[in-house]
Amino acid sequence: MGNQEVEDPRTGNAQEHQGETGGAPEDRPSQAGRRGRFRGLVLPAMAIITALIIGALFIAITDESVYEAFRDGIGQGIVRAFLVIGRAYGAFYVGAFGNPVQIVRAIFSGSSTQILRAIYPITETLRIATPYIFAGLAVAFGFQGGLFNIGAEGQYFVAGLTSVFVGYSLRGVPQIIHLPLALLAGMVGGALWAAIPGYLKGKTGAHEVINTIMMNYIAFRLAEFMLDVGGPMARGDGRPVSPDIQPSAYLPQFFPNRIDLRVNLGIVLALAVAWLVWWLLYKTTLGYEIRTVGLNPRAARYAGMNVPRTILVTMAISGALAGLSAATDILGVLHFMPNAFYSGYGFDAIALALLGKSHPGGVVLASLLFGALRAGARNMQGIARVPIDITSVLQGLIIVFIAAPEIIRMIYRLRQPVKGETLTLTRGWG
Amino acid sequence: MTVMKTASKARRRAITMGVLFLLFALAILILFTPGVEQGQKTTFAFSEARSESFVIGNLVFATRFGLYLMAALCAFAGAWQLAKGFEHVNVVLGIVAGFFVVAFLTWAARGQSMNLTGMARSSLLRAIPITLAALSGVMCERSGVINIGIEGMMLMGAFLSAVTGSLGRSVWAGLFGAMLGGALMAGLLAILAIRYKVDQVIAGTAINILATGLTSYLSSRYLQSGSLNSPPTFRPVPVPLLSRIPIIGPAVFNHTVPVYLTMILVVLIQVMLYYTRWGLRTRAVGEHPQAADTLGVNVFKIRYINVLLGGVVAGLGGAYLVLSSVARFDELMTAGKGFIGLAAMIFGKWNPVGALGSSLIFGFADSLQTRLAILAVPIPSQFLLMAPYLVTMVVLAGVVGQSRAPAADGVPYEKE
Amino acid sequence: MPPVLELKGITKRFPGVLANDHIDLQLEEGQVLSLLGENGAGKSTLMKILYGLYAQDEGDIYIRGKQVSIEEPNDAIDQGIGMVHQHFMLVPVLTVAENVMLGMESIQHGIFLDRDAAAQRIREISDRYGLGVDPYALVEDLPVGIQQRVEIIKLLYRNADILILDEPSAVLTPQEVEGLFDVIRSLVSQGKSVIFISHKLKEVLEISDRVVVLRVGKVVGTTTPEESNERDLAAMMVGRDVILSVIKQPKAPGDVVLRVRDLYVRGDQHKMAVRGVTFEVREGEIVGVAGVQGNGQTELVEALTGLRTVESGQAEVVGKDITNVTPRLITEVGTAHIPEDRQRDGLVLDYPVADNLILNTYYLPPVAKGLVLEEGAIADRAERLVREYDVRTPSIATPVGSLSGGNQQKVIVARELSRPVKFTVASQPTRGLDVGSIEYIHAQLVRKRDEGAAVLMISAELDEILSVADRVIVMYEGKIMGTLPAGEATKEEIGLLMAGIASHPAESPKSAPSTV
Repeated sequence: MGNQEVEDPRTGNAQEHQGETGGAPEDRPSQAGRRGRFRGLVLPAMAIITALIIGALFIAITDESVYEAFRDGIGQGIVRAFLVIGRAYGAFYVGAFGNPVQIVRAIFSGSSTQILRAIYPITETLRIATPYIFAGLAVAFGFQGGLFNIGAEGQYFVAGLTSVFVGYSLRGVPQIIHLPLALLAGMVGGALWAAIPGYLKGKTGAHEVINTIMMNYIAFRLAEFMLDVGGPMARGDGRPVSPDIQPSAYLPQFFPNRIDLRVNLGIVLALAVAWLVWWLLYKTTLGYEIRTVGLNPRAARYAGMNVPRTILVTMAISGALAGLSAATDILGVLHFMPNAFYSGYGFDAIALALLGKSHPGGVVLASLLFGALRAGARNMQGIARVPIDITSVLQGLIIVFIAAPEIIRMIYRLRQPVKGETLTLTRGWG
Repeated sequence: MTVMKTASKARRRAITMGVLFLLFALAILILFTPGVEQGQKTTFAFSEARSESFVIGNLVFATRFGLYLMAALCAFAGAWQLAKGFEHVNVVLGIVAGFFVVAFLTWAARGQSMNLTGMARSSLLRAIPITLAALSGVMCERSGVINIGIEGMMLMGAFLSAVTGSLGRSVWAGLFGAMLGGALMAGLLAILAIRYKVDQVIAGTAINILATGLTSYLSSRYLQSGSLNSPPTFRPVPVPLLSRIPIIGPAVFNHTVPVYLTMILVVLIQVMLYYTRWGLRTRAVGEHPQAADTLGVNVFKIRYINVLLGGVVAGLGGAYLVLSSVARFDELMTAGKGFIGLAAMIFGKWNPVGALGSSLIFGFADSLQTRLAILAVPIPSQFLLMAPYLVTMVVLAGVVGQSRAPAADGVPYEKE
Repeated sequence: MPPVLELKGITKRFPGVLANDHIDLQLEEGQVLSLLGENGAGKSTLMKILYGLYAQDEGDIYIRGKQVSIEEPNDAIDQGIGMVHQHFMLVPVLTVAENVMLGMESIQHGIFLDRDAAAQRIREISDRYGLGVDPYALVEDLPVGIQQRVEIIKLLYRNADILILDEPSAVLTPQEVEGLFDVIRSLVSQGKSVIFISHKLKEVLEISDRVVVLRVGKVVGTTTPEESNERDLAAMMVGRDVILSVIKQPKAPGDVVLRVRDLYVRGDQHKMAVRGVTFEVREGEIVGVAGVQGNGQTELVEALTGLRTVESGQAEVVGKDITNVTPRLITEVGTAHIPEDRQRDGLVLDYPVADNLILNTYYLPPVAKGLVLEEGAIADRAERLVREYDVRTPSIATPVGSLSGGNQQKVIVARELSRPVKFTVASQPTRGLDVGSIEYIHAQLVRKRDEGAAVLMISAELDEILSVADRVIVMYEGKIMGTLPAGEATKEEIGLLMAGIASHPAESPKSAPSTV
């Protein structure tokens, strides 16, 4: 799909005229540039802000105390509403970034325990962001290849199984070997799980959306089978969890002496992998192939590329990335795998990839934001008693706003929308 | 991607089919016959007691004999296919798979009794939400809009059916709430996909995420006490006379209202699609919206209507889960049925009757799993629970290249 | 008697472009008016305004002297205006009757379709104007010429008095065009009025009562066939004296480069599209493949470029077998391919110009070193090619989708012909381009041929083939009907071959396409 744009005479939306004239719209760079900048930074920011606003309204509307206050008077009601929202988002901020007052006090006190306790929220944000980065990269990578990998959840499960298995079953191996091996196991597990729908798509054209979703459910059952009490990978003490992994498989934590500060090397690994993904996509021949297949599979074939094989490779790499999110969670934080490993990363990752425009850098930023969201939401649930599912609502809204920028423009009465900027990433059933 | 079959490819496929049929026969012999003890008998029961006008006796036969019979039939089909080839190979494939399933049942019920009428009945019941999901998909996709958000629409429908049913203390209020919920989410999908021309898969996914978040959030907030989460349920209503026919009666004609409603909807939508003006316009819009537009048909209006109606039907699917079985809303209770419905739609070639047929197959797979658990079949339950999803993937792999979606499916319509 | 249709001062602007500039037009009842102009002159825009698909910025429309407002196709239909579009607006999986009655369906019992009533009316119309269409046939089974008649029936079914035909002869053989002209004459004799849009001068001269020539959105001339000829019309269309043929030196062909033997290729509908084709192309010659679209040319090209499976037969390039070999191998053997659908197959519209220029060389040095792309080399190559091939683009980083059609094609030509290839396949290389680009591309192909390459050119424009090619092959229903030297061939001869009538009547293979 190109930038062919056509005027809609009914709405008068200013749009470029299609082919007839043959006149080159070469004087467009300024318009394109402006559009690009909007999409690049302003739109995601406004999408997030708008989602937060709607979320705030939602929180206020679903709080009984607000209604009670309204019964006393409109003024009281509004005040109460703002209080409720303030408390919720305040708890959110503290949960994500820490209480600024507390941080400043801790720094001045000089006590390391105090400082560490004050920065705990930020470390949690970073820790939670780590698997998000991987999952977001996975989905973004898929998007670049024209594939919609909703299977990150299932790939996460399988990778968890493979990496925890390597983690607990190898003994006497030095960390410098064991850890990379366990990470690799996670990557392989995720890659294999994603490669199956990838193969099916290349060979039969079956749409990867349904197949990856099916693989999710199958993976869930598989993990259940493995880890349920009495299952082959269960610990054997009556709990539906795997054995602990060997210390040689641990992802080193930054603060090993503090069990509550769980931030670990995973974040460094995630940033390194993000850079690697960027390099792969934009600087190598493989990346060129993947992106070409994603943008125009027919042209890719014409260019001599092996489209089914590229699809398979794309899905495999995507799965490997998703696998790393599980591996880092297990090797860096949990140190075992529980049956209830449900993460919700699968759908979150879609929002991340969209927010980040499928670009690794954008995904990292979006993941940090979502890490903050999750860390903050936990606190919101604990202190302000806002159910944690608010994150899903916010995510859904963000996706809607990013996917249809016109809505944001409409809300804020910005420049006329230009057709051709709404995202089209997938093509029918194949 | 064009599917090209050369002469040699066609022959290769025919040979593959023949070998496949033989493999089925072999599988029966290898997998099932060894486990059968000497003299063991399988009993297939057919009566559900009470309601029939006369009772059909049980079918008792030697297990080994049954297995050999099925294997022989499969082998015969395989031999014929290799030698001469069937004209409608896919139909025969279905039949041979059926033989395999019968053999499986024979083996699973060795030394015990299995009520086939009961299985038929529960297959139908489990197929209902899938059918409704598939019908929703058919309506949307026939007009050219891919609907990945069926899951979310069903979930919202389930949620609202519990709430309105509890509030109104009536099943009808619950149904109405469900239809409203489905329509609301569908409305959002319609606006995103038709007005804003968002990629339909993304829009559908957003719907799913939103619905999941909203229903879980609201459920945590408001449904814990139970007063908003105890709707009444539908009671089965036997159809006079018809419900007394053996086998078919209990299986098909002794159900709750939503089940009958579903069956009526299948017929209704099939007729509407092919015999009415609305159907013709819908199909035209789904295949070649520009052609319809130049003749003055309002493409956008047709798509809006179809998507909204699709949402209503999906909402009904959610209502069924609540009002015809568990009588309450649980978070994430749809468990993928929306997506399985999509697979059923594809397998059923985008028409209502086909969707019903493939949904029955999925329902059968689902009901098989509980039966087998009861029969203490030595397969871990988790693997059985995987069955519907595996079947979906297999079906998709085999079918997609051959059944064709409406030509303009998934393409937002641009007016010139 | 006021004219049945009059347009006064119709003006239409699109961003950056004035598509219609105060156009005045009159159509008398029972008349055939031809609207002539090259691609981009504004003909289609004008007609879309008339049919309600666009709204004019200024100007009025009068039907029989009364001013009317047409805001959507339904209004146009109410006024008795009907349009047969260049790309048919037929739903392939529906029947003729269903297609025709769509939008004004015959109803029985309230909501049910009455197919029989519609069918009967269709038969009446078909008989009255000599169209010969079966209402119950599935549109996708009908040949193109008949499909066009279904489109005409759609208009007559709605009592159209003014029929607009947009480039109707693009998909017809010369004989089918005659059939179409008979239909037009029949319509006109019964009081209908016709607007005939075309860029084909000979046809316009044959069928019209009056000719209006458009150029860059303005009416530049109104004349009649008696008062004008091809040269004058062409000059009006283009604004200058047009060289209607390509200048090339005669060249003696060398060794055989492409050898095709008894090739069979299956098409999309499981029917054999190419049926036993045998021919050769030598160094230094341009072989043109003539024929109405849909007679196997597309499938032949796809087979020769590795994009479609060959059922049987063989093809070789410089002695190397290219039958059923991957597209990459064929490229590496030394083949260049200018695809028929440039945007769909030949370009990635979102990629910058530079990235499109490496589409088939991205994995080779110097563009790539191992796995890594050499950005310096890519940029150098892009700058060089853009200069050499006169591609008008703001920079090499501009997405190729924002370039005009002609420049997009130049990108493809630059990419393909700058390689030292021995064999070039060009499929409809100048479709939809302006005259300047057309001349440029012809010159490039001739240059390649002079350098010693073998060039195979497929085109639906007979004039193009006759002026560019050295030898002409005519395809009909998957077979080669004949091979003629371009200098000696007449359009009549080729037209007959295109319609399946061989020079020796005894060999006439006019049989229905068989399903293999």
